[in-house]
Amino acid sequence: MSADSDLNIDYVANLARLALTPEEKARYARQLGDILHYVEKLKQVDVTGVEPMAHAAPVFNVWREDVAQPGLSVDQALRNAPAQRQNRVVVPKVVE
Amino acid sequence: MAATSLHLPAAQLAELLRTGKLSAVELLQAHLARIQAVEPRVKAFNSYDAADALAQAKASDERRAAGQARGPLDGIPVGLKDVIAVAGQPLTCSSKMLANFVSPYDATVTTRLKAAGAVLLGRLNMDEFAMGSSTENSAVGPTANPWDLTRVPGGSSGGSAAAVAAGEVPLTLGSDTGGSIRQPAALCGIVGLKPTYGLVSRYGLAAYASSLDQIGPLAHTVEDAALLLGAIAGHDERDSTSFKAEVPDYRAELAKRQGPWRIGVPKEFFGEGLDPEVGAAVRGAIEHYRRAGCEIREVSLPLASEYAIATYYLIATAEASSNLARYDGIRYGHRSTKAKDIVDLYFQSRAEGFGDEVKRRIILGTHVLSSGYYDAYYLRAQKVRTLIRNEFAAVLRDCDALLSPTSPTAAFKLGEKSSDPLAMYLMDIYTISINLAGLPGISIPCGFTGGGLPVGLQLIGRPFDEAGLLAIAHHYERAHDWSAKHPIL
Repeated sequence: MSADSDLNIDYVANLARLALTPEEKARYARQLGDILHYVEKLKQVDVTGVEPMAHAAPVFNVWREDVAQPGLSVDQALRNAPAQRQNRVVVPKVVE
Repeated sequence: MAATSLHLPAAQLAELLRTGKLSAVELLQAHLARIQAVEPRVKAFNSYDAADALAQAKASDERRAAGQARGPLDGIPVGLKDVIAVAGQPLTCSSKMLANFVSPYDATVTTRLKAAGAVLLGRLNMDEFAMGSSTENSAVGPTANPWDLTRVPGGSSGGSAAAVAAGEVPLTLGSDTGGSIRQPAALCGIVGLKPTYGLVSRYGLAAYASSLDQIGPLAHTVEDAALLLGAIAGHDERDSTSFKAEVPDYRAELAKRQGPWRIGVPKEFFGEGLDPEVGAAVRGAIEHYRRAGCEIREVSLPLASEYAIATYYLIATAEASSNLARYDGIRYGHRSTKAKDIVDLYFQSRAEGFGDEVKRRIILGTHVLSSGYYDAYYLRAQKVRTLIRNEFAAVLRDCDALLSPTSPTAAFKLGEKSSDPLAMYLMDIYTISINLAGLPGISIPCGFTGGGLPVGLQLIGRPFDEAGLLAIAHHYERAHDWSAKHPIL
């Protein structure tokens, strides 16, 4: 595992699409430094040859027939949209 | 209804409804009056729709009058944590991000409760997106513990636990990712069950950490928890991790299973950090089972006790960072009005919509999944998780259940731990490994501290053996009258 100081808060906040204030950056860097230091203890565990576990349910692949199911109506789907027009979600311009 | 009957178990209320001594409308009105009386102090509810609930109660009374009552939950009010979808009702996750969100569809548990005739009543407060152990991370504001209004109710399902303890609603659903049903149940002196991963559908549960989240019941008694679990459990093709498990009549099974059982006591769960009064109350429960002829075995869970919290905070935050990427301000949720362009819209909407703990976990989860760190953090945590699951499986071969405290302390003061995330995370030390292993766990009341705060006992069962786990819990509960004590409000 890497050293605590490897947490680059600007880089990670950009990946997470999260705007942070300078105060938040300083505080999270300190608090997450503590937490990353705490999780360093996992280095002590011998995991040689151990399979990773994604979840605990004893099901591994789930298939269903490829047939259309009823979905939300346009009204239902748009009900929570912050901005909408003509049955579409309105967003800021993405192409000049 | 007299004030004391507001704390009657749902099973007894069902009997009053069945025999015509009480109507669903009367029962609901008594609870609405109680909510009005105590909510200004307890603050368990984010919202409730009295008119909608009244319509449900009337429909229940009409069914019963027509001889078409649907079973024991018909007409019983059930509150839902504000993370479970009910069509046409708000779903906020106690977050500014979803402050104005209205669910377009029902969760599977909601569909099943409606089919059982339950009267769905209200949206219960929680830590934002279920991230926390005190309900202080709610954007709505904290819920108070009904036993001492200066203390936390636990979390993240703090509203679900406090509402039952305060007599505002007889049954609630919560969700449990690392202890979020069991710990608030313990701190509020009620029963809370986290089912085996895969027993209850997660469809319509706003996701926090999908490999750990489970919906489960909070109630006054083990029998009530059995009733509510029976209504919501079972396979659902809309949840790909839902298991085709047999769902027995859990309440009927309680009487059939009398023990004696082999009960394992993990020695590491009684070590440093455990409050002496909590430890004494839990040891009293061990003596109960010993006197009843159960075989008490000391067992050891060295990996679960030492590494579960570190494993959990890598896996849960990684999953959270992925799940919460959907909140982008486009199709639903909070949208910033300050954004310069589409990409800035994501940054600003998320910055304005999410609270402090949610941002912290998104940052941590994004870091542990990022290129160069994935193997060292996330993949290693998933391997340690396998070892923890194997460790539990080994001790449960020779034990019918494991017994421990639910929480290392009784309810702590509001504000006491809110500035130190790691100290708060350590409050989940006895509950969190059970989610990693996917096992069922229940917290039941086992006494009070000298200061009058409830103490919870945790019992941990084998996968999909909720019937056995509930019976073992019921055996203790029957011999004690903890659930007959109620907070004075």
